[in-house]
Amino acid sequence: MSKPVQDWSARVEELSGAKLNDCYQCGKCTAGCPRAEVMDVPPTRIMRSAQTGDVLEVAKARSIWQCLSCQTCTARCPKNVEVAGVVDALRQISIETNTFSDESLKVVSFQKAFLRSVRRNGRTNETEMATDFEARYFFRRFDVANVVRVGLLGPKMIARGKMHFKLGSPVKDKALVKRIFDKCGVEL
Amino acid sequence: MDIGYYPGCALHGSSNDYEASVRACMTALGVNLNELEDWICCGASAAHCINHDLATALPARNLGIAEKMNLKSLFAPCPMCSMELKKANDAIQSNAALREKMSEIVETPVTGAVDVVNLIQVFQAVGYETIAQRAVKKLDAFKPACYYGCLLTRPPKTLKFDDPEDPTSMDELLSKLGAQPVEWNCKTVCCGGGLTLCDEDAVAAMTYRVLQNALDSGANCVVVACPMCEVNLDMRQADARKLGLTKDVPIFYLSDLVGIAVGLNAKALDLNRRFVSISDELKGA
Repeated sequence: MSKPVQDWSARVEELSGAKLNDCYQCGKCTAGCPRAEVMDVPPTRIMRSAQTGDVLEVAKARSIWQCLSCQTCTARCPKNVEVAGVVDALRQISIETNTFSDESLKVVSFQKAFLRSVRRNGRTNETEMATDFEARYFFRRFDVANVVRVGLLGPKMIARGKMHFKLGSPVKDKALVKRIFDKCGVEL
Repeated sequence: MDIGYYPGCALHGSSNDYEASVRACMTALGVNLNELEDWICCGASAAHCINHDLATALPARNLGIAEKMNLKSLFAPCPMCSMELKKANDAIQSNAALREKMSEIVETPVTGAVDVVNLIQVFQAVGYETIAQRAVKKLDAFKPACYYGCLLTRPPKTLKFDDPEDPTSMDELLSKLGAQPVEWNCKTVCCGGGLTLCDEDAVAAMTYRVLQNALDSGANCVVVACPMCEVNLDMRQADARKLGLTKDVPIFYLSDLVGIAVGLNAKALDLNRRFVSISDELKGA
């Protein structure tokens, strides 16, 4: 039996709430994007790929993980398309299908470490999250320069009382937080 | 005035100076903060790019607690928290199926009945005139560049707050307190905070752009109402200096300046732990 063909545009619309065909490719999202200059696929072309169903292709783009979710594109879209929401949908799809680009590993690792910390504690424990993130990233890339750079920041944070090893006030019902993650089907 | 209070993870972590400043300032203004019981993370920058349901569920859990505590309004000093909470609240309010789904996931009834507000909106609720009447010190040493960043005004459909291209609410408040806010171009240009641990070079360039524009426009400090903007513009400023930033720019929270105006000192406002230190003159000494 052949597998049904996935309608990726519909999936993006479902996740983002955006009406993809409202986009008439004016380019305003790209014009205002603070990251457009470093993007391999700029927002306007991301929108076009989402419209035509070339979603798995654009899910590989570096740019979806270079987006800072600053919401400038969404705020300025003359057709009120949730452009930033479309980028979120593509990021989720890139994780679910494991198609995110190799260069995006660092950002993806960060976001996952962040959520692992929330799942464990109910709140972000920044020190634990940063350690988890940097350690896992190191063992994927052996980027020594990165470890040195991060290591130099630690003492400065500690000197300013900005690094904490325990949460000030822990969440009581941590089991509930884990159930929320499980019910949403989050795999980290 | 009584108001529900959602501190969020940053204010209990690396931005605990913001929480000290907000609490001191609110006490001085007679605003009683009723902290949400057993609140959890709002999902911040991570949930919405990994799982759409989780990005609604984490704020929904907090909204459910607020409803149970009968809190009509909820103050979240971090704009990322307030935006995520507000977005979830509106989505749940306008969609019966989502209401049911989220109530089941977070194991608390949630209807989307909470009015989520940011720091500036709390000052507006107190009243700019009332604050000005309580002021004991004129902020005439300050030429602030009021920096709104991304999520105080964007997305406008969710936040319905101020002008997303040229916001003025902070400028108006600080003008009333005797400061001289500067006209500048980067009020709502992203500082790169979301990638501060992932892409240092990009963040340095974005920080440089915002801070140099503030200096070129005649500012002697930058004022923010966001813990992520503060930590990024402050902690990454050394990298911006390497890119040519012409001098150090002290970064203040809005609550610091209001606090100084109503007579609070640097210790009460926790002004002594910045990466870029603040001069005695600007500490209000």
